[in-house]
Amino acid sequence: MAETLEKEITKKKSEALLSKRRKKFVLDPLNDDNPITIQVLGICSALAVTTQLKPTLVMAMSVTFVMIFSSLFTSLLRNLIPTRVRIIVQLAIIASFVILVNEVLHAYAYDVYKQLSVFVGLIITNCIVMGRLEAFAMGNKPYDSVLDAFGSAMGYSWIIIAVAFFRELLGSGKLFGFEIFSAIGWSSFPTNGLMVSPVGAFIILGLIIWVQRSKSGYVEQH
Amino acid sequence: MQRSNTYVILFSLVLTIILGGLLSLASVGLRPAQKKAEEFAKKRQILSAVLDIEQVPDIVTEYNSRISSYIVNANGETVEQESPAGELLKAEDLDIEKEFKKDPADRLYPVYRFHTEGNPEDIEAYILAMYGKGLWNDIWGYIALATDMNTVVGIVFDHKGETAGLGSRITDKAIQERYKGKKIFDDSGEIASVSMLKGENNKPASIDDHNINGLSGATITAKGVNYMMIDYLNYYLPLIESLKKGEVVAVSMLNTKN
Repeated sequence: MAETLEKEITKKKSEALLSKRRKKFVLDPLNDDNPITIQVLGICSALAVTTQLKPTLVMAMSVTFVMIFSSLFTSLLRNLIPTRVRIIVQLAIIASFVILVNEVLHAYAYDVYKQLSVFVGLIITNCIVMGRLEAFAMGNKPYDSVLDAFGSAMGYSWIIIAVAFFRELLGSGKLFGFEIFSAIGWSSFPTNGLMVSPVGAFIILGLIIWVQRSKSGYVEQH
Repeated sequence: MQRSNTYVILFSLVLTIILGGLLSLASVGLRPAQKKAEEFAKKRQILSAVLDIEQVPDIVTEYNSRISSYIVNANGETVEQESPAGELLKAEDLDIEKEFKKDPADRLYPVYRFHTEGNPEDIEAYILAMYGKGLWNDIWGYIALATDMNTVVGIVFDHKGETAGLGSRITDKAIQERYKGKKIFDDSGEIASVSMLKGENNKPASIDDHNINGLSGATITAKGVNYMMIDYLNYYLPLIESLKKGEVVAVSMLNTKN
């Protein structure tokens, strides 16, 4: 009896740092359970900030930072947080990190700060962040929560970066502000104004979802 | 788990104090860097009215060695005023947005002088600040006039929230280039300003010293820019008239050195 108990404990301890279960936390949101294309969360900022790659990259980094740290803190405090006020506590934690990101950008990346303007602040209301805190970090250990947050953040990031890639390329003929078409000698490349407006993001997002779902066979449940 | 009300209140209180404390620490700690970033952005914008900013290796050095500034009131008279900190108020520290909210007659207006490289005595252009309303939110800019106080040497616009890809094009170099070489006075000596027409493919005959192609799909932003320019050129008119007569204010370059 005592022996089996001990075995169980050591077995539990020896779970690999990136066991199969944990890999799922990171890999699932990238594709099969993507926050934007499958769960359709965080669409607002995906449309608004993706006209150029540079601000998009900063936005992706900001969301990743906020998600990881708010998940970590929520998870550390999960047994102390009173259930009746848990949503407000989560919001307070998220808001603090968002304001921190905003202040740092204001100081060290003023151009991008001005471009992103309200959208950094709106990370507070990004459903992906709160969704993961409420659904995962409140009931799981810190390390697992960080992995889960990282996975969701990456799922969000790669989609908005992909959208921004096509929007900047087709809308302004540039990548990271570099005139790519003039560089390869096609200076008369007809840029598409539609791609610069939010409509362009809808179209590209739609195409990504189409490709993704035709590959995975995912169908919306009614 | 149901906790007592006292626990809930205490928990919220402690959390608020800790988070609030951390944030105010961050805010105070980052304030100097933020101020520096804002000043840098402003200097960059003022310089880009007269120079191709991509070719400037060090913006702060270039600014300090080539721009001198002073402040005038609505009558075009030089104003020396103390800032809240008790020092002489510099044109760079003037908040145009705050001034914009005052009555035009009570406003202070910054004047930036662009000096010839290597010869601080010689003035190449005067750069004047402008502020106005676009379609969604505020717009602002700087117009650089040659020493004849009539020819536009360069112009730069920025905005808070114009539509991306439409109104926000006022920040495009190509659009700002259209203003170069245009005249702000008409033949009779009245302010005629330079205005954007409706649409982008106007007949060449309608483009002249005072009219340039506008912005397709952003007529209201273009109108906002037109109004802003006419308004501010008129506010600056007393100064422009006196500079036209050759009355140059003696302000030593040292005044504006940081």
